[in-house]
Amino acid sequence: MDIDLITNILFATFKTGTPLILIALGEMVCEKSGVLNLGQEGMLLVGAVVGFIAASVTGNYFLATFCAIFAGMGMAFLFGYLSITLASNQVATGLALTIFGGGLSAFLGTNYIGIGLEGIQVWSVPLLSDIPVIGKVLFQHDPLVYLTLALFALVFWVFRSTRLGLKIRAVGENPEAANAIGINVQQIRFMAVLFGGAMTGLAGAYLSLVYTPMWSDGMSAGRGWIALSLVVFASWKAERILLGAYLFGFASILHLVLQGTRFEVPPNIMAMLPYVATIIVLVWLSSDAIKTKMSAPKSIGQPYRPLA
Amino acid sequence: MLKLEKRQADSRLMSYVSPLIAIVLTLFGGALLFSVLGHDPLHALYTFFIAPLTNTYGWTELGIKVAPLLLCAMGLTLCYRAKIWNIGAEGQFIMGALGGSMAALQFLDAESRWVLVPILLAGTISGLLWAALAAWLKTRFNANEILTTIMLNYIALNALLYAVHGPLRDPAGFNFPESAMFADAALLPLFSDDYRLNISILFALFFTVVIWTVMARSWVGYQIQVLGEDAKAARYAGFNTNRLTWFALLVCGALAGLAGVAEVSGPIGQLIPQVSPGYGYAAIIVVFLGRMQPFGILLASMLLALTFMGGEMVQIEMSLPKSLTGLFQGMLLFFLLAADLLISYRIVFQPRTARA
Repeated sequence: MDIDLITNILFATFKTGTPLILIALGEMVCEKSGVLNLGQEGMLLVGAVVGFIAASVTGNYFLATFCAIFAGMGMAFLFGYLSITLASNQVATGLALTIFGGGLSAFLGTNYIGIGLEGIQVWSVPLLSDIPVIGKVLFQHDPLVYLTLALFALVFWVFRSTRLGLKIRAVGENPEAANAIGINVQQIRFMAVLFGGAMTGLAGAYLSLVYTPMWSDGMSAGRGWIALSLVVFASWKAERILLGAYLFGFASILHLVLQGTRFEVPPNIMAMLPYVATIIVLVWLSSDAIKTKMSAPKSIGQPYRPLA
Repeated sequence: MLKLEKRQADSRLMSYVSPLIAIVLTLFGGALLFSVLGHDPLHALYTFFIAPLTNTYGWTELGIKVAPLLLCAMGLTLCYRAKIWNIGAEGQFIMGALGGSMAALQFLDAESRWVLVPILLAGTISGLLWAALAAWLKTRFNANEILTTIMLNYIALNALLYAVHGPLRDPAGFNFPESAMFADAALLPLFSDDYRLNISILFALFFTVVIWTVMARSWVGYQIQVLGEDAKAARYAGFNTNRLTWFALLVCGALAGLAGVAEVSGPIGQLIPQVSPGYGYAAIIVVFLGRMQPFGILLASMLLALTFMGGEMVQIEMSLPKSLTGLFQGMLLFFLLAADLLISYRIVFQPRTARA
């Protein structure tokens, strides 16, 4: 393997990992507050299609990215209203959000299939991007990759050293106790869900405006679900999400790696890899089921309604 | 001011009224959507929900779509009653279609109807084996079945794509990703040459009765019920929960696999990439809408089958996108979840009181 190939592989790993980081960070915040949102895939698709339509119509990628974020939040609002305000079953509501998002995005995107966009352009970091290998791998990306790393730092910091992080954790661990000391459980949970929606909407914009600048039905290809497993894999720790997402990113671009060897594997077989990897991770996690249970937020999946 | 108040006990009545509320709300939502799109809402709703059923042909087409939905939904009901959240009917359906096609392609010159037996068996067993993977992952490794079955769906889809682009592609098919057309003898018998409706609807109705009998009248059905209501109680009672999980998943996989092979050996007649318009996912909605009761599921599968036909109808008649189907299905499930709150909560009117 030559150095160019290695550079390309690392570069692609970075790009492929980015949407997973966004979704998984959003979902982690959500789950830390005690809400399990299985609707990631639906929010992701709606974010992707709305971002793409906005970019096609206005030509303004900045605006389009915001539209995608708001679309994700809109979907999250639906989920939050049902599962937090009305205390419906989170699993069923999340599945409904995914099915609804799949239908809605296919409907909205009907007239946009097959259109290509230029996509958000690379923004090279001056000077640093000229470093051989590392420059290409780390500093010749589009702005969303850098933004993702900044958002990672933000989430990491919030949970490490702020009152807000503590509040979110309290709500997720023991909502009754949090309520007793005057934290508005419903409000914190709703904010967490909206944050998750914004992150997933942004990930959608990344898919349809950067990763493959076009729209096709179901283009998220299960990334929302993979990110959900990633949160468990990372045992609800932001830094491990970063690591896990890049590992998954690597698994999904193994065809690039194989290019260097003589192996020839049909593309559809290669496309199975991320899903197989997810199953393997789930199996591996279960070998340490107690640890997983210990690190999971205590009240995850349980609706909370304060006694009025 | 309107307020939700917890009921003393869940309302049985409401659990049957709630699907009706959801349907009415979906119709309102649809009417609103059609008017936003600049169409006469009543005419559009008529085209979507009524026009497909105004002749015999329409009803037979409905039957073609009810069969796979009903088969998948009955299997899923067994799982959901045990609180095993199998989302994998779609993948099991695809594997059934794939396995059945592999068998059917061995009999391209067949003359005898008996070739249907190995073909249907191959499809059913393929679906069953695919579900066995999920059962193994759950019972052996305690891996979350929602995530594993969804991953298995994506893997199945890629296996299907690999097959139609590779080993199963018709050598005389101008490189289209499709298998060869099956022999006539390998197609399920039709009721009448004028319609496409085949005997798969009889399979579906038969297995609906069978599954229902198992659930309502058998020891294993009772155990599944207990497992779903209270997993701890099931373990105290000494039920083998792993075996129950295997049973529910294998039956579901077999039924979904049968639905899949009946589709390729039925209305389609060959293996194509779009073998499922999403029956496995729509069947989830069928189960919830049909309240996990056989008659309810039958009615719900007819409604969901109608949404598939309605989507095609508005595309032909009003050049609206076919994807309206998914939108209607999503709305239906959402409204159902919202309306289901009325099962355990009631809406009370509370006059605003001055704060003390």
